[in-house]
Amino acid sequence: MSDAALPQFRTDTAQKRDTRRVRGEGVVVQAVLITISLAFLALFLLLPLVSVFVEAGARGWTAYMAAVTEPDAVAAIHLTLLVAGIAVPFNVVVGIAAAWAIAKFAFRGKNLLISLIDLPFSVSPVISGLVFVLLFGAQGYFGAWLKAHDVQIIFALPGLVLATVFVTFPFVARELIPHMQSLGSADEEAALTLGASGWRTFLTITLPNVKWSLFYGVLLCNARAMGEFGAVAVVSGKIRGLTNTMPLHVEILYNEYMSAAAFAVASLLAGLALVTLALKTLLEWHYSDSIAASRRH
Amino acid sequence: MAAATSVWRQPSILPGFGIALGITLSALSLIVLVPLAALALKAASAGPADILAVATSPRTVAALRLSFLGALFAACVNAVFGMILAWVLVRYEFPGRRFIDAAVDLPFALPTAVAGIALTAIYAPNGWVGSLLAPYGIKVAYTPLGVMVALIFVGLPFVVRTVQPVLQEMQADVEEAAALLGAGRWRTIFTVILPPIYPALLTGFVLAFARAVGEYGSVIFIAGNVPMVSEIAPLLIVIRLEQFDYAGAAVVAMLMLLISFALILFVNLIQARARRRFGDV
Repeated sequence: MSDAALPQFRTDTAQKRDTRRVRGEGVVVQAVLITISLAFLALFLLLPLVSVFVEAGARGWTAYMAAVTEPDAVAAIHLTLLVAGIAVPFNVVVGIAAAWAIAKFAFRGKNLLISLIDLPFSVSPVISGLVFVLLFGAQGYFGAWLKAHDVQIIFALPGLVLATVFVTFPFVARELIPHMQSLGSADEEAALTLGASGWRTFLTITLPNVKWSLFYGVLLCNARAMGEFGAVAVVSGKIRGLTNTMPLHVEILYNEYMSAAAFAVASLLAGLALVTLALKTLLEWHYSDSIAASRRH
Repeated sequence: MAAATSVWRQPSILPGFGIALGITLSALSLIVLVPLAALALKAASAGPADILAVATSPRTVAALRLSFLGALFAACVNAVFGMILAWVLVRYEFPGRRFIDAAVDLPFALPTAVAGIALTAIYAPNGWVGSLLAPYGIKVAYTPLGVMVALIFVGLPFVVRTVQPVLQEMQADVEEAAALLGAGRWRTIFTVILPPIYPALLTGFVLAFARAVGEYGSVIFIAGNVPMVSEIAPLLIVIRLEQFDYAGAAVVAMLMLLISFALILFVNLIQARARRRFGDV
């Protein structure tokens, strides 16, 4: 009998080919799809990123260093670090408190609370700044009172911090909540039963358990806090050396046709983004079990 | 001990509920809810006639239309390419796959102003991509097309990141069963693989859309910002604010929020219906 009559006796290669035919696409289709994906990413992600560094170096190393060390740039860097240094810890405290209440207790209105915490994600950055101008601006609801008491919020540090806290409000909480929910409360209950105080239980049981998802949340929160543009643009007044954060400094330089200087400062922010992305990826590779949250933000 | 529990909360031996909820609610109210209430109050205080005048002025309508239709277009582009990207990242092995997987999140990490000037530099008539398109008469930067490019950039990761986990967890046996029962590959893809993915795809689509509607930083550099043509709604709010027209700014902002929330609510209702059909995915 010929081979054709015995189709069940086939070589390994033929079997492998058939498995792929059942659960996969041909080599040509694969190559086309991969090419489309790479071209799309190159056009929208890679080229912009590369162009930041190319344009930053367009005028040479000396011009680059001059652009990032001139007094206004240094002041912008300091202000950005200061604003993030206040906004991020604030959101860490609130995020931990929110996660503790939501993940460890069963109470009515929990889903509403979670939606409200996520609310800033659906609000335009510009509106996030606008709301504080309406409250504390010269013609805002508290404007006259603030002026009488010589307190400045808008066009000053407090306004920048408030707008930044608003836009970064959900980041820490939404990383911690799903992770703490998946861990349950058995460990904490055991510690309390054995006589540990509430604080000790939190510091030695809960916090170590969620440290990587906390770090993950802080990382994303910080990246957004340092890079925020729309919200701080509205409340800053863009006074050079005083209320200009790094992204705002980039805008001013760019609008004054100092392109190389704008890209030089922008390259620092792009560097921050790359470091954030690298740390985030490392966390996902090594501690994926300890980061319960889905990876969408 | 039992005094702390009520109809509002189930009993628990864990301490700290009061203080944790207290901190959360105070911060939420002071930072988010009261300021948003002030916005609603300011918009309402403009009075019906002024609200109508702002809402129906050609400039407002044009800006809102550009923001919402632009975001819709960008979200559609991201849905198609995000789907392909998620598929390629989950199903195929090729050099640099993990690197690409990580790179998808770049728009989350890169400050919008940096993205804005970088995209402008590339898509301007003398830029790397713009100079290739210029001979064909295609202008991207400083036109509504430039707005789309920026909105595609900011929404790029959402669909990939929502579809990817669902695709990863899909069992091989349903596809094999479909193939063994005689379905062709395309039929298997469209009738077996894709239907359970639709809810995740829709979630990613809405997230990308919501993000794009309010986007400001990456758009204003590349848009050209010509009133009635390439002026987005968030920019109109900033312009009204700079003219000290607080009420005008508040009305445009309130319109944006109301339309967004209505759309998100509508999609969530579709989603809830889809969940009932395909289970919780």
